[in-house]
Amino acid sequence: MVGNAVSSIGFTWSQETWEGKMADYEPTIIAFVCNWCTYTAADLAGTSRLIQPPNVRMIRMMCTGMVDPKYVVKALLEGADAVLISGCHPGDCHYINGNLKARRRIKLLKEILPRFGFDERRLKMTWIGASEGIDFAETIREMVAEVKAMGPNELRQKMVL
Amino acid sequence: MAKTAMIEIKGQDSVASLQEFLRALLTRGEIGAVLVAQHLPMKNVVMPVLVTDESRLGAADPLAPAFPMNAAKILSRLTRKPLGTVMAAVLRPCEIRAFVELVKLKQGSLDDVVLIGLDCLGAYSNVDYAALAAENGTEFTRSFCAQMLDEKGFVSENDKLAGACRACEYPVPENADVLIGLVGGDTSGSFFVKANTDKGLELLDKLRLPSGQEPPRRKEAVANLVSRRTAFRDKMFEETSSATSDPEKLMSYLANCVNCYNCRVACPVCYCKECVFVTDVFDHEPSQYLRWARRKGILKMPTDTVFFHLTRLAHMSTACVGCGQCSNACPNNVPVMQIFRTISSHTQRAFDYHAGMSVEEEPPLSSFREHEFSEVTGGRD
Repeated sequence: MVGNAVSSIGFTWSQETWEGKMADYEPTIIAFVCNWCTYTAADLAGTSRLIQPPNVRMIRMMCTGMVDPKYVVKALLEGADAVLISGCHPGDCHYINGNLKARRRIKLLKEILPRFGFDERRLKMTWIGASEGIDFAETIREMVAEVKAMGPNELRQKMVL
Repeated sequence: MAKTAMIEIKGQDSVASLQEFLRALLTRGEIGAVLVAQHLPMKNVVMPVLVTDESRLGAADPLAPAFPMNAAKILSRLTRKPLGTVMAAVLRPCEIRAFVELVKLKQGSLDDVVLIGLDCLGAYSNVDYAALAAENGTEFTRSFCAQMLDEKGFVSENDKLAGACRACEYPVPENADVLIGLVGGDTSGSFFVKANTDKGLELLDKLRLPSGQEPPRRKEAVANLVSRRTAFRDKMFEETSSATSDPEKLMSYLANCVNCYNCRVACPVCYCKECVFVTDVFDHEPSQYLRWARRKGILKMPTDTVFFHLTRLAHMSTACVGCGQCSNACPNNVPVMQIFRTISSHTQRAFDYHAGMSVEEEPPLSSFREHEFSEVTGGRD
């Protein structure tokens, strides 16, 4: 991973700088969350004063079924360190089955993106219900820890658009 | 039961014999119009033509190794509403498969159409066809067929053909209503004809063609062709995968892209009526470009080229039939077909889907199951 990271176009990190970056690096996670469940869960986690890292930028959608794959692609190309899509548990979708359609789209992306060297672990999908504030905080803590361990998305520094 | 027949090749002239068959569609087959590739009178260009008068079929040449566009798009336009007559569409196997995809997306209908498919020997790119065929028209087609098929009906190698054709593992239009077979037969004597559907059977009954049997060597010759093309395809997949295995390589692979979107326009299965990439979503403010540039100190223009191709892969790779029109249309020789076919092979396998093979098979992104792909959500469903 380190080997790849230092060979980016027009940009080179020395080994020391890279390790320095790694130590104090704060990942950015873009989360596309459903208005009816995960967004409410996030709200609940906040009002319950559950401690969670501030690395997530939440984008509230009316349903995960409206997350076009291109939103995820754009986020990763722009250098987001990870993308989370989180919707209602199967059977609970406000629009009956949008979450199940979303699952197919994420499956599709997980089939395409890793073939171009995108780490599959940077794309996550979860089901978090409106009452599951604890679950939400836990998911974010775990995800931030995992992404920190992985290091930054190299595309942040590369000239891709 | 599939019914078989034959088209006699009179005077060794395969082109004229096929024209006679097309005339029979209009005179005996109760067909109101024929959509078929034809040499245009003003220039030696082959284009899909809609013919209603049997005397206007003199330049029809469905065997011409020219493939300026995927006619599935034309057929989609023609079948948007009931025609009031039955139309016969003479298509390549990949055009039929693309049309099947469009029918499933409700952008075409099989109701008023009889699909007539010919074994496909492949085609040249637009540039190569223009250079090779020059002004020779149907004469070039005759020599092409003679060069491609040996006396036993086996298909010869031709490394000048378009890459998509060389990598095509579906040279036989098995899902056409009426199949016209070249491979494995004696092309100085006859074409093999087979009805695959009731619609095809009905048409063959009306045409009263001489009876014929499947040539004994056909299966072997087709298998031989398919295995060679599959080998070429797999090699192409391997090369493309290693040429695009990380984001940086992908960038240089697509570096020549200038956002002309010709690939998208040429693509028969890019189904959106209006592509998001030409809407004002991408009419960025000039100051936005400046902000992007400042972030890294440098901004490649035009922007969003990699984004465009990745989005298109996500939107239509499960429907890709591998016709290669994207590469044919690219002004800058970006190997578009190679990357789309490579990724499609994975996405279609992931959903156990075979683009264009059957109207019954549900398109992966138009359907879902309650319990599936639990690995996507970390094993929970």
